[in-house]
Amino acid sequence: MQSKTKTKPTSGYVGRAMKRVEDPRLIQGIATYVDDINLPGMLHMVVLRSPYAHAKINGIRTDAARALAGVTGVFTGADVNAKCGLVPCVGLAPDQKAPKHTCLATDRVYFVGHPVAVVVASDRAIARDAVDLIEVDYDALPAVTDPQAALAPDSPLTHPDLGTNLAFTWTLAMGDMDKAFAEADRVIKHRMVHQRLIPMAIEPRGCIASWHTGEHTLTLWTSTQIPHLIRTLLPGMIGVPENKMRIVAPEVGGGFGSKLNLYAEEALVSHLAQRLGVPVKWIESRRENASATIHGRDQIGEYEVAVKKDGTLLGIRSRTIADIGAYNQLLTPAIPTLTGSMLPGCYKFKAVRMDIQGVYTNKMSTDAYRGAGRPEATYTIERLMDLVAAELGLDRVKLRQKNFPRPEEFPYDTATGLTYDSGNYNLALRKAQELARWDNLLKEQIRARKEGRLFGIGLSTYVEICALGPSKMMAAGGWEWGCVRLEMSGKVTVITGATPHGQGQETSFAQLAADKLGVSIEDIVVLRGDTASAHYGRDTYGSRATVIGGTAILMCIDKIVAKARKLAAHLLKTKEKNVQFKDGKFFVSGKPKNALTLAQLAAEAYVAKNIPRNFEPGLEASSFFEPSNCTYPFGTHIVAVEIDRDTGEVKIVKYVAVDDCGPQINPLLVEGQVQGGIAHSLGQCLFERCVYDENGQLLTGEFMDYAMPRAKDIPDYLLGHTVTPSPSNPMGIKGVGEAGTIGATPAIANAVCDALAPLGIRHVDLPFTPEKVWRAINSAKR
Amino acid sequence: MKTRVSIKVNGVSHEHEIEPRTLLTYFLRDNCKLTGTHIGCETTLCGACTVLLDGRAVKSCTVLAVQADGAEVTTIEGLAKDGKLHPVQEGFWECHGLQCGFCTPGMIMAGVDLLNHNPKPTREEICHGLEGNLCRCTGYSHIIDAVQWAAKKLAKAEKR
Repeated sequence: MQSKTKTKPTSGYVGRAMKRVEDPRLIQGIATYVDDINLPGMLHMVVLRSPYAHAKINGIRTDAARALAGVTGVFTGADVNAKCGLVPCVGLAPDQKAPKHTCLATDRVYFVGHPVAVVVASDRAIARDAVDLIEVDYDALPAVTDPQAALAPDSPLTHPDLGTNLAFTWTLAMGDMDKAFAEADRVIKHRMVHQRLIPMAIEPRGCIASWHTGEHTLTLWTSTQIPHLIRTLLPGMIGVPENKMRIVAPEVGGGFGSKLNLYAEEALVSHLAQRLGVPVKWIESRRENASATIHGRDQIGEYEVAVKKDGTLLGIRSRTIADIGAYNQLLTPAIPTLTGSMLPGCYKFKAVRMDIQGVYTNKMSTDAYRGAGRPEATYTIERLMDLVAAELGLDRVKLRQKNFPRPEEFPYDTATGLTYDSGNYNLALRKAQELARWDNLLKEQIRARKEGRLFGIGLSTYVEICALGPSKMMAAGGWEWGCVRLEMSGKVTVITGATPHGQGQETSFAQLAADKLGVSIEDIVVLRGDTASAHYGRDTYGSRATVIGGTAILMCIDKIVAKARKLAAHLLKTKEKNVQFKDGKFFVSGKPKNALTLAQLAAEAYVAKNIPRNFEPGLEASSFFEPSNCTYPFGTHIVAVEIDRDTGEVKIVKYVAVDDCGPQINPLLVEGQVQGGIAHSLGQCLFERCVYDENGQLLTGEFMDYAMPRAKDIPDYLLGHTVTPSPSNPMGIKGVGEAGTIGATPAIANAVCDALAPLGIRHVDLPFTPEKVWRAINSAKR
Repeated sequence: MKTRVSIKVNGVSHEHEIEPRTLLTYFLRDNCKLTGTHIGCETTLCGACTVLLDGRAVKSCTVLAVQADGAEVTTIEGLAKDGKLHPVQEGFWECHGLQCGFCTPGMIMAGVDLLNHNPKPTREEICHGLEGNLCRCTGYSHIIDAVQWAAKKLAKAEKR
């Protein structure tokens, strides 16, 4: 494979597949992740966690642990809960009954991995030894593990004091559903399980808190996606005001939503650092990550689609059970509601209804995981489209095309009250079919089936909602903040409130700024992930950083150019309207040789010996960008699979993805996001499932048991793109961080089900493990 | 009860008193202060901790420091020579073979080991050669490109 980057450009950075500025430190192992930070006097915290899914705590004996040499302290709920506050949830449903989520367990434990006590010691190994010396007297109680059974009146209770396992109900109902069903020629029904997944970022969570006893300030380094949101929320837990708090996300080794949260451990280290007067570090083990960091998905849905026999879609409704675990983490109840809003997918429906029952079980909480509710929607509607086509005897491609809004109908108001900004679904579909050589695939399938081989072709035409979003729909602001500063030397500092953790904005934002300012990219530095440099921000999740954060940067540059123009006019002794700005230089129109560079103007602005009246010194600007809408990237994925009858193994023989995220700032980064997103889907489709047994024991608590895709498992990706700009931001771009995951799962699922269709198998739930597929094949009628 | 070990890491001798149960990963990170080698799991499955022990790739989370006593270890920090990146490091940079970077040191060391044993691997051989290393960000394709890029560069250098 050829190198993707060419010689160093000096302009025209946007649109280029450029190497990242982040990489030199990462490829040399000299970047700083949270466990790489060591502070003088620092102590180590290790957590004792419940081995039971549900139990009463009769007593905790800590004397042996405390007596171990090197142990500074052992703390239980009684010692710290009052000072650490409650773990917050900002997405509670209006009718929700919520348990008090203390940082350490009090009189009961509610899931395997529930924190019960902490040891603080001089080194990690001693703390670990001491944890083994803590004696907890548990009385095991029945565990609630099946969310459907949990709703039965005689079910044991996850939280006995709530009196019910029903956490909340939520309904989205738009359009005239009765009319839709009355007019329908057919109603297609289907049940699907969206299995629980574990995000498994390769870097487990960790944090270090340091308290300045003199200044009463807290610094918290944490492997997080949301330092700014933590600065907003942590004060409510530990009582330190936000303007005395600095939260730093150092290098973060992956998040995928699992680090879009405020966890008990962050409050615990913060409190203990204050209490003990020394820095306290906590680093998670993989087992802890699997059991006590949020899980993804976990919905069971019963779906009905009302259609006319010519394939016109009328209405879709769903009754969904969401297994949310024992507690509400930051966005737990809100995630399934995102499924409802995207249930229509890229089709014109007249009516949509989704009824959700959130159910408490004795498991870890679910929350946002790559796609956060939208993969469930797309998987559902795309699987349903294939089933509708089969039922009506229609071509599944033509069925989709028939129900697409046409390009001229955008911005398109959907049945769920959203406005899709722009789209050309048929263009992406056609391009994907071309790349996949669709007709050849169909011919190959005919040949394969004659030979008795199980060869399947699947597609998904998807749209997704990202770059969340307008503040009206967000819990605490959906804007993003940015700052651009010309330094005295002419160097440029860009500060963003976004928090990249692999997405590459140190490079892509530098590309944007370099082009717009007309400076060399080497003169630009992008600061991120630290509330000391960006006091406010709304961080990184929901594929928002480049759209919203990038636009904020452009707004800053507009302000800087306007200000620099004033100064240039003054120094060039002319009126502002005579001053042109091109390639980083200001000059009088028609006299380009007598120009002032931004660097020169910056020096003048700071030295301030010759500035116009009413001109503030300095050359910097900050901006908040409030988006008017989310963005709606879309595309088509086409997959061909072959299944080995004897082993049930699914082999992907072709993978084509055509994705549209609008104009691309750095095509190399876009490709990386799409490929990475597809890999998550590969995992969901072929390997991954978070399993709790009937006692609530987590059986998939290590990489030994939770199978993840590896290099040998991926197909050759054949990627293409279309470009349909969004009207909701000046660059016309859309997010792309989750689109791959959203588009891929249904394409793979449809391909496998298509392969099995000749055997009379209508549907198989994910994951398509060899055993499951083999069993389906062997218990099929034909 | 502590014990003394002496390990040459990236050409520099490190002698420390450690507990016998100390893993090589912790020796490198805590005693030698080389934090480029990362810890992603405790069951030897993720590969983030991969280093070269006497020239062979090992998962340092499953090697006790005492087992490496007297041996030579190369970590990610020791790959670049005189400020010049190793071709595998360069390949990762050129081909966008990393995003968050956490699996990267281990992935690069595994790539180096692969090319040491098989200088002209096919794409499939690279896929299998890296199956001991997990990545959650990239989807692997660019990683394989990176190792192929490095193989080509090394082959060119050989020819001269």
